Amino acid sequence: MPNFNDILVLLPEFYLVAAACLLLLLDAFMKPEQRGLLHWLSIAVLLVAVYLVVAGQPDGTATAFNGMFVRDRVAEILKVFALLCTVLVFVYARPYLADRKLFVGEFYTLAIFAVIGIMLLVSAGNLVTVYLGLELLTLSSYALVALNRDSPLSSEAAIKYFVLGALASGMLLYGMSMVYGATGTLSLAQLHGAAAHSAMPNLLLFGLIFMIIGIGFKLGVAPFHMWIPDVYQGAPTAVTVFIGSAPKLAAFGMAYRLLESGLGDLAQHWQLMLAVLAVLSLAIGNLVAIVQSNLKRLLAYSTISHMGYLLLGLVNAGPEGYAAAMFYAISYALMSTAAFGVILALARAGFECEEIDDFKGLNQRSPWMAFLMLLAMFSLAGVPPLFGFFAKLLVLQAAIDANMLWLAIVGAVFAIIGLYYYLRVVKVMYFDKPQDGVRLEVQQDVSLRWMLSLNALLLLVLGLCWGPLLGWCRAAFGLVSA
Amino acid sequence: MITLSHFIVLGAVLFCIAVAGLFINRKNVIVLLMAIELMLLAVNMNFVAFSRFLGDVSGQVFVFFILTVAAAESAIGLAILVLLFRNRSTINIAEIDSMKG
Amino acid sequence: MTLSTSILLTIALAPLVGCLLAGFLGKQIGRVGAHSVTILGLLVSCGLSFYVLYQITAGGAPAYNHNLYTWFEIGRFSASVGFLVDRLTAMMMVVVTFVSLLVHVYTIGYMADDDGYQRFFSYISLFTFSMLMLVMSNNFMQLFFGWEAVGLVSYLLIGFWYKRPTAIFANLKAFLVNRVGDFGFLLGIAAVLYFLGSLDYQTVFAAAPGLVGKTLQITQNHAWDAATVIGVLLFIGAMGKSAQVPLHVWLPDSMEGPTPISALIHAATMVTAGIFMVARMSPIYELSQGALSFVMVIGATGALFTGLIGIVQNDIKRVVAYSTLSQLGYMTVALGVSAYSGAVFHLMTHAFFKALLFLGAGSVIIAMHHEQDMRYMGGLRKYMPITWITMWIGSLALVAIPFTSGFYSKDAIIEAVGASHRWGSGYAYFCVLAGAFVTALYTFRQMYLTFHGKERFTVVEHHGHGHHDHDDHGHHKPGELAHAPHESPWVVTLPLILLAIPSLLVGFFTIGPMLFGGWFGQAIHVEEANNVLGELAGEFHGAAAMALHGFWSWPFGLVALAFVITTYIYLFNPAMAGKIKTAFKPLWTVLDRKYWVDDVYFAVFARGGVKLGRLFWKAGDAAVIDGALVNGSAGVVQRIAAGMRKLQSGYLYHYAFAMILGLILLLGGFWLVGQ
Repeated sequence: MPNFNDILVLLPEFYLVAAACLLLLLDAFMKPEQRGLLHWLSIAVLLVAVYLVVAGQPDGTATAFNGMFVRDRVAEILKVFALLCTVLVFVYARPYLADRKLFVGEFYTLAIFAVIGIMLLVSAGNLVTVYLGLELLTLSSYALVALNRDSPLSSEAAIKYFVLGALASGMLLYGMSMVYGATGTLSLAQLHGAAAHSAMPNLLLFGLIFMIIGIGFKLGVAPFHMWIPDVYQGAPTAVTVFIGSAPKLAAFGMAYRLLESGLGDLAQHWQLMLAVLAVLSLAIGNLVAIVQSNLKRLLAYSTISHMGYLLLGLVNAGPEGYAAAMFYAISYALMSTAAFGVILALARAGFECEEIDDFKGLNQRSPWMAFLMLLAMFSLAGVPPLFGFFAKLLVLQAAIDANMLWLAIVGAVFAIIGLYYYLRVVKVMYFDKPQDGVRLEVQQDVSLRWMLSLNALLLLVLGLCWGPLLGWCRAAFGLVSA
Repeated sequence: MITLSHFIVLGAVLFCIAVAGLFINRKNVIVLLMAIELMLLAVNMNFVAFSRFLGDVSGQVFVFFILTVAAAESAIGLAILVLLFRNRSTINIAEIDSMKG
Repeated sequence: MTLSTSILLTIALAPLVGCLLAGFLGKQIGRVGAHSVTILGLLVSCGLSFYVLYQITAGGAPAYNHNLYTWFEIGRFSASVGFLVDRLTAMMMVVVTFVSLLVHVYTIGYMADDDGYQRFFSYISLFTFSMLMLVMSNNFMQLFFGWEAVGLVSYLLIGFWYKRPTAIFANLKAFLVNRVGDFGFLLGIAAVLYFLGSLDYQTVFAAAPGLVGKTLQITQNHAWDAATVIGVLLFIGAMGKSAQVPLHVWLPDSMEGPTPISALIHAATMVTAGIFMVARMSPIYELSQGALSFVMVIGATGALFTGLIGIVQNDIKRVVAYSTLSQLGYMTVALGVSAYSGAVFHLMTHAFFKALLFLGAGSVIIAMHHEQDMRYMGGLRKYMPITWITMWIGSLALVAIPFTSGFYSKDAIIEAVGASHRWGSGYAYFCVLAGAFVTALYTFRQMYLTFHGKERFTVVEHHGHGHHDHDDHGHHKPGELAHAPHESPWVVTLPLILLAIPSLLVGFFTIGPMLFGGWFGQAIHVEEANNVLGELAGEFHGAAAMALHGFWSWPFGLVALAFVITTYIYLFNPAMAGKIKTAFKPLWTVLDRKYWVDDVYFAVFARGGVKLGRLFWKAGDAAVIDGALVNGSAGVVQRIAAGMRKLQSGYLYHYAFAMILGLILLLGGFWLVGQ
């Protein structure tokens, strides 16, 4: 029977569900010009959730509802960063949405429901919870992508995302059914013990492969990446920045729960599969990005390559590797919010500012924005001493530790190839003349400017002082801080 | 005598039909939604069969969840479909390719 | 009494804060705000540096050596930020912050009309921060960081007036020449890591004696002594930064930068980084007689031959620049004879009097409306008495008149070279002795041409009285001024006076402890057999006695001779200079062409480079680069990318199919592994 303790463990999630419902209700009774209140309320709701997560942090691991829900350090860290990323997204999105008459309550409630999905997913202790969290996240995301109801691109992106997402979750479920059949349990903790001596090892591995496809789709690694470029481009940028940040943390959490908490015994099997997917992602992401002219699409391909790097950490299949991968997921989420944030800050009504050519001569128009973008690009490219550099260094180290030197070398080579397209953006901003007829103006929204500056400067600060964050990540996986 | 493998094979066949429906069908988005439903049914078939033969009830509980989520999924899918038709006046999959490369 | 971390951090960071405020908020805080905030930063930094020096000298504080922050650590290689503050560092900190502070104040007057006022203040504060990081470092990584950072700011400042083509050329030259030096320096650091397994000073110095007997097979059949290799490589870095022959060519050209920069960076601080570095590395250099001989010969050559060029220069700043090259040579010679404390001592006195000379020259340049040619000066002493007197003080220190601080440091070096028995010390002794004569020649010539004799400029009163815009001096013929020269404002003369005091006095009070009293303690390590200063200590009976004895020594005789010659030529018989020039035409040409070193570099590296480039372009670029590399690798990448891009067809069923293919791939792999 569920008792009060269970509810206490799930308090942040319960609170968010209640708050989201209240916001939905409030929105229905609100005049359009009062939406600003909803905006700040949503941000406050998320910040309170951060507080509840941090303050209610159990010593060690707490479980609720017979192990369906697990609250440990890994989940806590991922939740905190997912919530904070969503706060950033809300701040960045407002002027963009307002300019396009998309400043509606649905955006906030859908995003908050998606975050609840993320929180369930990273805390999952059972295949059912994994599925429910995942579906809550993706169903909300489908709707968010289609937020701009009058845009053909937006609806095209939504239908592609929806069909492929449904296919992926179908495969994930099919894999789960196999695993269930082979072990007779849905609980991840029991799976961990049962997987090693299953009566039907082949069925189990069969299931594992299908589940990896589900994970691969959520991460967006090749060849399950096809949705990413189209969705990133087609979705309103305010939604893209969300999809590009917090759900990546969720995808890492999902991979960790399923592969380590559940099927850790099969590590020797999935390690190699992930390595293959990593190489494919690095190749496809970095190479195709070179020929892009749309910045959102370029960043989409860059996501694919970054998720390949994240896999390098998972391939390690040890606590060091997980810590590196989690560090990478966090760094990626922050870098991508910064990069998309600059696009949002420069976009205006009738001007998306998403072509690379739109950034020509940005340095002359707005040196500060150009500098922030430079930080984001250099960090994504992995230029020392920025955040992205250390994230890359750690996952490469993790791959080497896993005796996959070849994989690390592939990663390093593609990092160099990747440098090219990031530098192209920087070159365009600093050395090209502004295009005729393009007015580059920064949004006047003060909170946007400050948060964006903070976000981008954080990439530099965390690049110089990454010790504490890495310490948390390592401690979450039971490693004594280095 | 119907054994577990019969059910598994039936599930696999349903799953394959669904997957084939997803990428062989080049006409209509509604067929895609039907294929997705079929895929989920294949999964349900598996779960129920395993649950029955393992004597463990949790698989059947999972099926209930899947059915519920599938309903929500269809609802969203149909909503997107309506949007798509409104914006492009077509639901022909072969014409939805304005983003590529 | 111990040194506190927070004080040391404040010293280093205060200039950085000033730099950031002036750089990023320059528009908001305005000109006054920019100079106030940077000067305040420097004031804090300088005051605390003096306090640290006091603590370490009078308070007996032990040397401070701590890592403050470890950035990352990979195997043996670790990058950390840490401070090593012993007496050597403390002295450098005082010199750097003091000169920098005065230069900041001076800049208010010198750059008053410049558009890049805030930018300039931001740069010089950034420079001070970088220089402090360099001298306070406790490991090679941070040293290298500071080394590159001061270089970077130096390029920024040489090219400060980026609209002048000559400034851009000088900038490029400094950059290229320093790359050569830095390459050697980096190799030296790599060699340290390879042989000694660490980049931390303390660990390296503790392990340094283990270098004896280790060799490195560079060329066939000959094993190189490890200590010599490390020493020479590191010194190549110092040759670039401290402008030693033959990498000296960038320094005279760097005078294209604004004069405060020439004083701060290209005379007092940055160019002495190489000297400081070698002194800091004394435990390594002491292991190799070969490396020290190399250092000594290079230094001696520079001391004499660059000084000679100074005699024929007409640009007032270039005379001082060549004199800097020559004095850097003196310091290097001192390093070469293991008189490290002598080198550092000369570094300190030189920082004061050379900064004074540069700032004085700048004051003259302001008065002459940015005319730098001494042929159009003369007789300025009655227009600008403070500049005149202070520059004479600096000049007397430079030519080493007894009792001035320059005398103590330079004479000690000459004596030390005379006492050394190292290979090549005879040649070095000749060079430094002759150098004393040469120094006096160009210094007195400069002073006479500038301040004495007849006025060789005319005041043409036309358009716009009191018009200070110096951009219009293109309208004037050389030697024509819009209005009469006048003394510079107090922000310019105050630094001159404040620098004149230590130029006169600091040597007298510090020579005893610094050179002969073992003041540097553990900071500088000298083997007993090499200790020339130790030998001289026996003959040292106080600063006054040394100065009195100085009147009867060879160097003073040479200086007096030079004084007589220049006085006769430039005061009483100005036509003589032209006659001498014609009589010694070939020699004059050699000096005027600076021994053709620049021309050779230009011909071999620049023109040769261009030719080689053409060759490569024709044979290589067209066929190899374009064909194989660009159209090859980049082209292949592009083509692959374009091909892959087609996979993203836009059709939903292709996307789904890709996922199915992925499934098949994984299943197939699983099946294969299962087999």
